[in-house]
Amino acid sequence: MDYVLWIEWIVKAILLIVILLTGFAYMTYMERKFLGRFQNRYGPNRAGPFGLLQPIADAVKLIFKEELIPSKADKLVFLLAPVLTVVPAWILLAVIPFGEVVTIFGREISLSVAGDLNTGILYLTAITSISVYGIVLAGWSSNNKYATMGGIRSSAQMISYELALGLAFIGPILMAGSMSLTRIVEQQGRVGWFAIYQPITFVIFLIALLAEINRSPFDMPEAEQELTAGYHTEYSGMKFAMFMLTEYTKMIVVSVIAATLFLGGYDIPFIENEGWLGPLALFIKVLILLFGMVWVRATLPRFRYDRLMAFGWKILLPLALFSVFLTAALVIIFPGLGPK
Amino acid sequence: MFAKEIARGMYTTFRELIRSSVAGDPVTIQYPEEKRPVTSRFKGRHVLKRYDNGLEKCIGCSLCAAACPADAIFVESSENTDEKRYSPGERYASTYEINFLRCIFCGYCEDACPTEAIVLGDNYELSFTDRRDAIYTKEMLIEAVPENEKSSPQEVEPGMFTRAVPEMKDPV
Repeated sequence: MDYVLWIEWIVKAILLIVILLTGFAYMTYMERKFLGRFQNRYGPNRAGPFGLLQPIADAVKLIFKEELIPSKADKLVFLLAPVLTVVPAWILLAVIPFGEVVTIFGREISLSVAGDLNTGILYLTAITSISVYGIVLAGWSSNNKYATMGGIRSSAQMISYELALGLAFIGPILMAGSMSLTRIVEQQGRVGWFAIYQPITFVIFLIALLAEINRSPFDMPEAEQELTAGYHTEYSGMKFAMFMLTEYTKMIVVSVIAATLFLGGYDIPFIENEGWLGPLALFIKVLILLFGMVWVRATLPRFRYDRLMAFGWKILLPLALFSVFLTAALVIIFPGLGPK
Repeated sequence: MFAKEIARGMYTTFRELIRSSVAGDPVTIQYPEEKRPVTSRFKGRHVLKRYDNGLEKCIGCSLCAAACPADAIFVESSENTDEKRYSPGERYASTYEINFLRCIFCGYCEDACPTEAIVLGDNYELSFTDRRDAIYTKEMLIEAVPENEKSSPQEVEPGMFTRAVPEMKDPV
């Protein structure tokens, strides 16, 4: 039976990467289409029906672009940096349960790549922190002042907001009594979604996520007006595409994480056994969160850098601490909400 | 922190999203299919005009070439005969070329023309991939022949078109 397990893992891993790549391509399409309508434009509508082939056209264009490496750049690090940013974004999803255990060909298969890891949240926090290396190294190795400043800003911003993010992770852990994401989803199926019980934590989590993935209004590292393109100023062709890939893949990934931790994951309220409806429910929740990100981008201007730091340290961090206290109090006062 | 302002901004953008999606009236003009009309005084690509009977208005006087500040126009004229008449009067433009890499669309040629033969039209879609393609010849510039009329050269009665500059009905 050992080789069947191997096949199962490989199939799951390939499926995950294929889904993420398609998701990335059509995330860019969805964003451009929605941004267009937000700004009274059409968005892409030339390549194929409704512009549906636009991501493919973009990919083909980027593949044929010249790959430039600045002569004074640190070549090894310069080439390594895009890979260092892409890989964490891909492997993050390994611990997410996409549904309950299903039976295919008489085998019980859990719909998650790495299975039910009992340190799932620890894994998430660890891997999200790794991707900051890719960005800061990309900025540093380019040997360009704008790129370096973009990279430094990015790392400062990510470290500041990771504190609030980490504290926001504690809410679901307290209520589920476990770091396992499967247990967290099951607990939400039992008592209801955590976003209802801890709305402040949920909002802090969403804000910190936006900062973590450098999305507008916290897209400081790539502030065009000040830093041209930030850390990826010197990148072109497929290496540039890999940074874009990371950005959009991470949007999807953090939406999946937010949906799993606060919006019940694959759980549908009032339904006992979701089966194959579970992944679909998760997909819809993720779509709504992604739409929210596009909506925020269409509306809010970029924060000023000092205000961003002040907001992270002086408002978000104390608020996150307070919300941890609130959640702890909630679990003590209503023991039914806490872990069994 | 700015909660009210953020909420108002989010509402505004969402309202625009719904409005432009439901009403389907984005401000974009779908260019190659749909074109914005130009203003009446727009100065686009030149057109060489004809009279109603199909004869060319251009008499090959080269005043446009003289007036052109960018030296974009080249005219070469030849003699008209009653058997092969291109335009009223003695001469016509056998070669008429405008180099659109030089032309600045000032409209001085239009002002200089004694017969109102050259007019700046409404065509702004000038693109070429070659320097040679930028030179528009007489065949490319001249207006289509009016319906049911013969093209130039025509065979005409002697003595009918002796004056190069006809009496204008409504001089500008």
